[in-house]
Amino acid sequence: MTAYTATVTVRLKSGVLDPEAETTQRSLERLGFELEDLRSADQFEIDLDAEDREDAEDRVTEMTERLLANPTLHDYEITIDEQ
Amino acid sequence: MTVAVIQFGGSNCDRDTVQALTAMGVDAELVWHEDGLPAETSGVVLPGGFSYGDYLRAGAMAARSPIMDEVRELAEEETPVLGICNGAQIGCESALTPGAFTTNESARFQCEHVYLRVENADTPWTRAYEEGEVVEFPIAHGEGRFEIEDERLEELEEDDRILFRYCDGDGNVTADTNPNGSKHNVAGVTGEDDHVAVMMPHPERVSLPELGSTDGRGVLTGFAES
Repeated sequence: MTAYTATVTVRLKSGVLDPEAETTQRSLERLGFELEDLRSADQFEIDLDAEDREDAEDRVTEMTERLLANPTLHDYEITIDEQ
Repeated sequence: MTVAVIQFGGSNCDRDTVQALTAMGVDAELVWHEDGLPAETSGVVLPGGFSYGDYLRAGAMAARSPIMDEVRELAEEETPVLGICNGAQIGCESALTPGAFTTNESARFQCEHVYLRVENADTPWTRAYEEGEVVEFPIAHGEGRFEIEDERLEELEEDDRILFRYCDGDGNVTADTNPNGSKHNVAGVTGEDDHVAVMMPHPERVSLPELGSTDGRGVLTGFAES
């Protein structure tokens, strides 16, 4: 078994309104910053022992699809790093 | 025969719902989610509140609670299931109903009375109303914006699965009458079969005459008939 850290990034699908990101952008602009757009995302770091990288990725993909992301709202990306 | 009103940690409309049902002569009881559903369960309410502190997404944790497997089994056997507010979020998170309820367009918690137009009066939850009738219910949510893929929403509309839309007092559905940015002003939808339904507004809060209005009783009548 090898120790891995999986990083799962869950973000809203393109076209889904993100009121919190819009509010954050407005606050930055109020502070005098100039920016074109701002998107927010959730990131999860998961430590796990797995047979190999593929096993780690399979398990984390299932975790993401069953809980971390909502398929109606989100796309996700997973990266796997050996600890 | 009893309607199980499931309490999760953070539910807070559970007792209101039992009281509203009891006042209508419907046998109802509180059921702690870890205790499982009673054998005689004839209906299920997923009540409002803030289960698990809305961690991750509103309803996400409760939707994965073991009792939801039992709810799903009963729903498949045509037992009526109603999700209200946080219960609606749980219903969508557990795929009992389509779409998702997410952050209000205003990014604020909104607690106010709204008008709803009855879109389909041929469901257990709306049979007490006329199609096009306007009712007034309270909302109290931060994540009530109905979100769904456009094609999927068209299918729901074609299949008459929209229960209520946010409107004005005359039944006009416009952007101005949409309190939270829900797609097509949708306030409530049914599952694959119409004995399963979810809605963000609170019928149980307008069901006791002592509180000034009984507009919501019609929704809860869905259990009286079961």
